[in-house]
Amino acid sequence: MDLKDLYRDVIVDHNRHPRNFGKLDPADAHADGFNPLCGDRLTLYVNLEGDRIRDAKFEGSGCAISVASASLLTEAVKGKSRAEVQKLFDDVHTLLTQHDASADPTRLGKLAALGGVREFPARVKCASLCWHTLNAALDRASAPVSTE
Amino acid sequence: MSAAIDSRTDFDVARIRRDFPILDQQVNGKPLVYLDNAASSQRPRSVIEAIDYYYEHDHANVHRGVHTLSQRATDAYEGARETIRGFINARSTREIVYVRGTTEAINLVAQSYARPRLKPGDEILISALEHHANIVPWQLVCEQTGAQLKVIPISQTGEVDFAAFERLIGPRTRLLALAHVSNALGTVVPVAKFIARAKQHKIPVLLDGAQAVPHSVVDVQALDCDFYCFSAHKMLGPTGIGVLYGRESLLEAMPPWQGGGDMILSVTFEKTTYNQLPWKFEAGTPHIAGAIGMAVAVRYLQGIGMARIAAYEHELLDYATAQLAGISGLRIIGTAPHKASVVSFTMAGIHPHDIGTILDTEGVAVRTGHHCAMPVMDFFEVPATARASLSFYNTFEEIDRLVAALEHARKLLA
Repeated sequence: MDLKDLYRDVIVDHNRHPRNFGKLDPADAHADGFNPLCGDRLTLYVNLEGDRIRDAKFEGSGCAISVASASLLTEAVKGKSRAEVQKLFDDVHTLLTQHDASADPTRLGKLAALGGVREFPARVKCASLCWHTLNAALDRASAPVSTE
Repeated sequence: MSAAIDSRTDFDVARIRRDFPILDQQVNGKPLVYLDNAASSQRPRSVIEAIDYYYEHDHANVHRGVHTLSQRATDAYEGARETIRGFINARSTREIVYVRGTTEAINLVAQSYARPRLKPGDEILISALEHHANIVPWQLVCEQTGAQLKVIPISQTGEVDFAAFERLIGPRTRLLALAHVSNALGTVVPVAKFIARAKQHKIPVLLDGAQAVPHSVVDVQALDCDFYCFSAHKMLGPTGIGVLYGRESLLEAMPPWQGGGDMILSVTFEKTTYNQLPWKFEAGTPHIAGAIGMAVAVRYLQGIGMARIAAYEHELLDYATAQLAGISGLRIIGTAPHKASVVSFTMAGIHPHDIGTILDTEGVAVRTGHHCAMPVMDFFEVPATARASLSFYNTFEEIDRLVAALEHARKLLA
């Protein structure tokens, strides 16, 4: 286990300076995510244009992995259709959990920086919380998402 | 461990550590530093061997057979009860009820003592530093009865506000349920004066002793409490076993909490007569090996002496507090003048969960999160803390390892 692989420069940078941090008001949809294990809480806001995500923002507090992951997510999903977001989520999930990751790193872009997380199984939930929360927002679910 | 470190105390920690096989291992390539004792302690070899011996030689069901093994198992199980009685100085083994742990003990009192007595408008008093196990069972019983939960506030140092307690206690109060020692902050609650005041109002008192029993002398008669709850696994014993101490007159008046085998004297479809104390509260085949292991853990602690353990742990706590306070950006949460060996803290710019991961790569095990005390986290306006909780088998050198690992975390992320 190499800490430098978990806390890559991209992760450290997005934790210190999260992108798209704040509230979208008005938002077409939002959802709350909560990880009871570590107390991470975030709210994800999206504005849609037809089937595509026009804008995404988040606010909340959490560990470096969860904040950086949410920050990277908001950058990655803008302009994408629901189907494209779902595909991206699948790729991220594979990246976080599979050792022989077959996901195409070029398709993941900066999200590939989360690859070190798979060596730290206890932290996978931190990285995936924002993605589950995005799904909930897209489903217009109002109930908080839990990783437990 | 250098001689210079050893000379700080006459406590032979090196010898004690040899009794705990689990401590002698590498984690992530570094010698393990186990500082998560408030979550669960480790076991000495004598406890592990006693459980093995029981299963290899003496196991049968208790209170049931006339055969030799059943008699041996019963003798060991009931003998353990006497050891535990002596440990907390209860008057009688009738006051020592085996349960799964502190959580079950509190739920038992909530459902069997409080529930039949509570009426709408009655009040149960707890404090703001309680573990969820001393909050949720009371919320449940309040929902069931229409009673209300009243919460004694705490101060910024993490002390229970006695003046506020005096204002809250009153004619509607039916029970005071307090932590003896806070798991999240380490505060030792001066329970004696709370109990004395509750007694003036003739209000029974339950103490959650999960964090007190492993670290100090506990005498339930001197405390004059009515219920005292603790778990074996935080005091060198097995998981899945703990104790409810209850004043005999109260236990006698309480209905059974679970029905089944062993808790009855006679059963017909018309009427069942319940067993005597303490078996009235022990339905079903109990955790026999757990009780035996717990008693061996008690004897191990008694062999060293609780007063010596408390004195050494206090030295460790003072050292850890001073060393951690020297780390830039580190804030200690819970600064009561009288604390058990727990240091909860946050670091500027680093989430506790990241602290936990970074420390783990250095072989240092601490708890991170809300410590089953979310209201405490809310009070201090932190989402979580990192918590180093020390036991008498920890060393000054291990605290130095913690400090070095925290400095590493700070350089990496802050």
